[in-house]
Parts: sequence; C-alpha cells; structure tokens
Amino acid sequence: MYRIVRKEPLNPSVTRMSIEAPLVARKVQPGQFIILRVEENGERIPLTVAGYDREAGTVDIIFQIVGATTEKLNHKQQGESIPDFVGPLGKPTETEGLQRVAVIGGGVGCAIAFPVAKKLFEQGCEVDAVAGFRSKDLVILEDEFRANSTNFVPVSDDGSWGDKGLVTDALKKLIDSGREYDQVIAIGPLIMMKFVCRLTKEYGIKTVVSMNPIMIDGTGMCGCCRLTVGGKMKFACVDGPDFDGHQVDFDEAMARCAAYKPFEAKAREAACNLFSMEVK
Amino acid sequence: MANMRKEKNPMPSQAPQVRAHNFDEVALGYTEELALDEAQRCLNCRNFPCVQGCPVNIHIPEFIAKIREGDFEGAYQVIAADSALPAVCGRVCPQESQCEKYCVRGIKGEPVGIGRLERFVADYHNAHAEGAAFVPEKNGHKVAVVGSGPAGLTCAGDLARKGYDVTVYEALHVAGGVLSYGIPEFRLPKAIVKREIEGLQQMGVKVLTNMVIGRVLSVQELMEQEGYEAVFIGSGAGLPKFMNIPGENLKGVYSANEFLTRVNLMKAYEPDANTPIQHAKNVTVVGGGNVAMDAARCALRLGAETVTIVYRRSLEELPARKEEVEHAMEEGIIFKLLNNPVELIGDSNRNVVIMRCIRMELGEPDASGRRRPVEIPGSEFELETDCVIMALGTSPNPLIKSTTAGLATQRWGGIITDEDGLTSCEGIYAGGDAVTGAATVILAMGAGKKAAAAMDKYIQSKQ
Repeated sequence: MYRIVRKEPLNPSVTRMSIEAPLVARKVQPGQFIILRVEENGERIPLTVAGYDREAGTVDIIFQIVGATTEKLNHKQQGESIPDFVGPLGKPTETEGLQRVAVIGGGVGCAIAFPVAKKLFEQGCEVDAVAGFRSKDLVILEDEFRANSTNFVPVSDDGSWGDKGLVTDALKKLIDSGREYDQVIAIGPLIMMKFVCRLTKEYGIKTVVSMNPIMIDGTGMCGCCRLTVGGKMKFACVDGPDFDGHQVDFDEAMARCAAYKPFEAKAREAACNLFSMEVK
Repeated sequence: MANMRKEKNPMPSQAPQVRAHNFDEVALGYTEELALDEAQRCLNCRNFPCVQGCPVNIHIPEFIAKIREGDFEGAYQVIAADSALPAVCGRVCPQESQCEKYCVRGIKGEPVGIGRLERFVADYHNAHAEGAAFVPEKNGHKVAVVGSGPAGLTCAGDLARKGYDVTVYEALHVAGGVLSYGIPEFRLPKAIVKREIEGLQQMGVKVLTNMVIGRVLSVQELMEQEGYEAVFIGSGAGLPKFMNIPGENLKGVYSANEFLTRVNLMKAYEPDANTPIQHAKNVTVVGGGNVAMDAARCALRLGAETVTIVYRRSLEELPARKEEVEHAMEEGIIFKLLNNPVELIGDSNRNVVIMRCIRMELGEPDASGRRRPVEIPGSEFELETDCVIMALGTSPNPLIKSTTAGLATQRWGGIITDEDGLTSCEGIYAGGDAVTGAATVILAMGAGKKAAAAMDKYIQSKQ
C-alpha cells in the first residue's frame, strides 16, 4: 500500500498529492510517469510526475478530476492509502547541454512542465516559462514557476491572468522579440502541443512534447499507447513519453485519446452518484 | 489388463452454445471414473517415450500408475517433483506436440489423455490437500527472479525447494505474467493461478508486485545493493508486433496483448469493471496462434455477432493448440484461412470499418519448414469489421537490455543464453519468452527449471 502523505487542492478540479513510494522517489526524473490504481479492481491510470522528494521518499502527482478514477482518487484523504503505485516509467526528459529553453505549460500540463523547468533552471539553463490557463481561477503553480524561471510569461484565454491569449501567441512574441532557444518543451493538451509545434516548425526550433495516450500496463507489453512519430509506430511507455513534436501525428493521437470518451463520461457519472449517495 | 479402446475419454465440457456467452471454464475436467478408465489405457511402456516429449520431464507412466492404484495424491506428488504448476500445465500445454505425440497408443488410435489426467490429479490435490505446506530449510543464499510468469515461477519454486531465499519482482499489480494477463479465464481460471502462486509463497517465496526492474532497480543493483547472488530474468514477451499496413492506429484496432489484458487482467468483461473495452459487432482477429484463438473467443463472449480469424496459411499450419482450434470452431468462430490483410480503412471519425484482404496460396516451404504463403494477384476483397485484433506475436521488451550493461542479445532483442540459461553476465540467467520470443508456457517452465539447477550449481560452487 502507498500512503497519501499530503493532499491539497490547487484549484476546484485539480489536486496535488504526495505519495509515499521511497523506491520510486529514489530514481524518478522529470518527464517520467507512474501508474496507479485507487482500489482493487480499479483501472490503471498513468500520471506524469509533478515532483519528488528523494529524502522524504515521496512522489508528487497533480491530477485533474476528469474520470471515474481521478474522481475516486480525489475522495481519498491525507493518511489513506492506494493499493498500487508503480514507476518510474518511461524515459526522463533530456535536459543535458541545453542553455536556453522555452518551457510551455498548458492547463494541468503545467504540473508536468514545472519539474522540467525546475531541473533546467537548477542546472543553469536560461528558462522562459510560458504558462497558459483558461482563466485566473484555474491557475496552478504560479509561485513555483516564477521561482524557477528566468522569465515567466502568464497568459489566459479570457485575460483574467497575465496577457489575454494563447501560449502560442506568447511564444511567438518572445521569439519575435529576439529571444533565441535551443529547444522548446511543450506540455499540455494535444491541441496546444500541436499548435506550438506548428509555430516552432516555422521558426525551425526543435520542440519536445510529452505525450499522454491511453495506457494499460505502461511497461511495454500491451501496445495501446502507440503513436505515429516520423511515420513510424512508437510506444509512449517505453519510447517516450517525450517525442520530437515536429514528427508527431497529433490528429491521430487526438482521435485515439477519445476512443473511450462515452464510457469515461458514464463511469464518472456513476462514481459521482456513488459518492453523493454516500453523503446522503 | 490395459484398456485397449482406441479413443481417449472425451473431456466433459460446457456446450458450445452455452459457453460462447460466459467466461466460465470450458473444460470441466475428468471425474474419478473417467480418470481411472483413461489411466487404464496407459501401457506403462518400459522406455516411457512420452517423458522425452515433456519439457520438464514429468515421470508420466509413474503418475498414471498411481492413478490406476487410486492414489491420486501420490500421483500429484510424482508430478510436483518436476513441475511447479501442474494445474496450469494440465490445462494449457500443447500435449499433442509433446508427451502425447510420443505415446505408443497414438500409433493405432488416440494417445492416452496425459494432459487431462495431469489436470485431474492437480485439481484433486487442490480440492483435498490438507495440512501445512512444505517449508524447506533455508540455505542462507538470496536469489532474485524478475517476472512472475511461468518461467519465473518455476525457477522460484525449484530454488525455494532447495532452501534459497527467493524474491520475485513483478511489474504488474498481480503476479502470474501471461497466466494472469494473457490466458483467459475460460481456459485457465485465475483462481488456479492464484492458488499456485500462494503455494510458492507458503514455501517462503516473496512476491513483490509493482516493481519494474530496469526502472525502479536495475539488475546490477539487485546484485550489488540488494545482495542477490544470482538473478533470473523471465520478463516475458514484450511489445506486440503489427503488420505495418495502413490503418493500424485507427480506433477499434487492438493488439491481442491489449485486448486480452483489458479482458483478463482488468476484468473488462464484468459489468462493473472500471477498464473499458469496445463491444464490437464484427470482430476480426489476425493470426493463428493460441493468442489469436484466445482473443477471438473472448470477443465472442463479449457479445460479438461474428468473429472471424484471418490467417495467411492453411488449417494445417495453424500454430494454435489443437483443442483450442476445435473449441473455437465449435463456438462458431469463422476461419478465413489463406487470407492476409493489406489495409485497414476507417470512417470519418477514424473508427475502423473495413479490412481489405488478399487471398493467398501456399508455395514452397520456407525456413520454418512450412509452405510459404504467396499472394494471389488481383484477389483483394473487403471484410466489414468494427474491431480488429492483431495477434502476430511480440518482440522482447527493450527495458532490461537497455539497463543491464554487458547483457548480450540477439539482433531481434532476445536475451542470449547458453543451454543452462546463463547470459553473458556472471550470475545473471534468463529464460522463457525473453530468450526465445513468444513460445509456450511449458517451454518457459522448462527454461526456468534448467536455470534454477544452473543457478544452484553456480552459487554452491562459489563457496
């Protein structure tokens, strides 16, 4: 069993948890993910790590409540445990040798972008961090980003936080103002990553994206997480989750991610009903 | 006097039209009467040819003799001396190409139903065994096993019996490897797998789940930090193979590994399961092995109206266990043999809707000795399908190779070992699908057994 040592809501639908998993905490690197189950017979869901404390032996996850499993996870309280927590999985984000990087986070993707920005910043890299949210009330990790970047650029769809606009607008402005990057790292919704890549391709800037397809085992066995990258079949769990964004077939990835949407919506509704019955 | 009837006693089974709608075990097992009668068919040959066909060399005539005497527990002990998983092997071994292939009774009739007798004996033991399990005296040496499939469990069992302190590392949340995630409930009930693993645990074997070796700990760290004197790698088959034809990433296209994992490991067939699976109408399975049969029969049980197996060779070359092919046919699975997919076509939402196939004919024998299938030009046709399952085998998981310095592998990724399972690294042994590529449960068990003996010899020789 893996104990939840800390739980805090970051916004109404996003929660941060620190999970006691000393062996995972000892090895995990930014960019890698874990798989957890909330209960016996529960599904396995992958979550890219949001942080870790090697000494305390804890791994941080930040999740948005989108389906039945995240709904159930969010009902777990500090001090309670979950039965399964396996990792670290996938390859770490490559940061070696990078001098000037733009790290782009979109929505809850900021949770994953943050440890990457932090690692780069700590190794002396110049980091321009662009964080985008729909509106001010959904913002997470603002202070953390500010403390771990050379230049922090907040944007929101409705202008309630930072500049009004999309992360692509902000990135374009940075590039046009003369900022030069060895690499752009973009983590967020598929549609955001797709458009960041479209932009950076025009400018010829290498761009790495973190893919989060549907997975089951996550260890290189089931093949569910396959993507087309550079015309070839790749498996996010063992070949990724980071890939060269200019090579990724995003439209295909978006379709595959939506394969179980109706089931997921129903399952979440069922979970919510169950919890509301318990409350009554 | 031996029973000279030419036919085996048939296996009592659920009727095809009933079992096609449930996940309960298909074969129900011999009764005592059937087992006694079948045991009478064994001639107890002096040179026991059947034993040479068994990868773990079970003393077959000896256990059958015990059955004839009515000493079923004694028969179990004979099997258990050589096999760590009798209840599993009695169900999933391809007996027709192993022990039963060499049975003298098979010359003028059907061979003795050795597999059915093995299963009877194992089930008898599981239903009647009482008292404390045998706990061997510890010899003070620590070994690790990576992977809890048939190879790993056999290796762990043999070493534990010799007194080793054995820890098994499993990547998934339950132990059993392919026995848990791959082989369906109706062919191998998970309660049986669980019971076999609990038997090992009672003997002192520790099983740690959620441990992906190569990530959380490397093989080298197991030896250097955790103090294991030898490690056995039985990490199994890895990533599924696809055909490299257009449309394989459409929605509704699964690898057999994914489809079976959703069904078996994640229990997607249960109405309240958390893991979804597509309930398709017209399922097409590509491939002809046991995995293809399993996937097809699972799809049928999930409610498909038609399930079609598309295989590029003919019935003769189908690599699946004979009984599985027969069961599949009885259940109404359609076999489209000598056909090969060339393209999968999707609708505007990227859901697969059509499989384009081409007819094949058999040409000259290829390297495997089987006649090579050759495309018949201009014979393309379309099959309507809303779910395609690719059961084409797997390639080894690259994780252990890429994280174990000096571990030699074949070009296709399989770990290279000598006859005893020793890899290119001292103290590191390997066996099963990780070495051979996709094969059978019993071959993996044979490899685990050989490696256990070699590991014992290696550790004892160091002192």
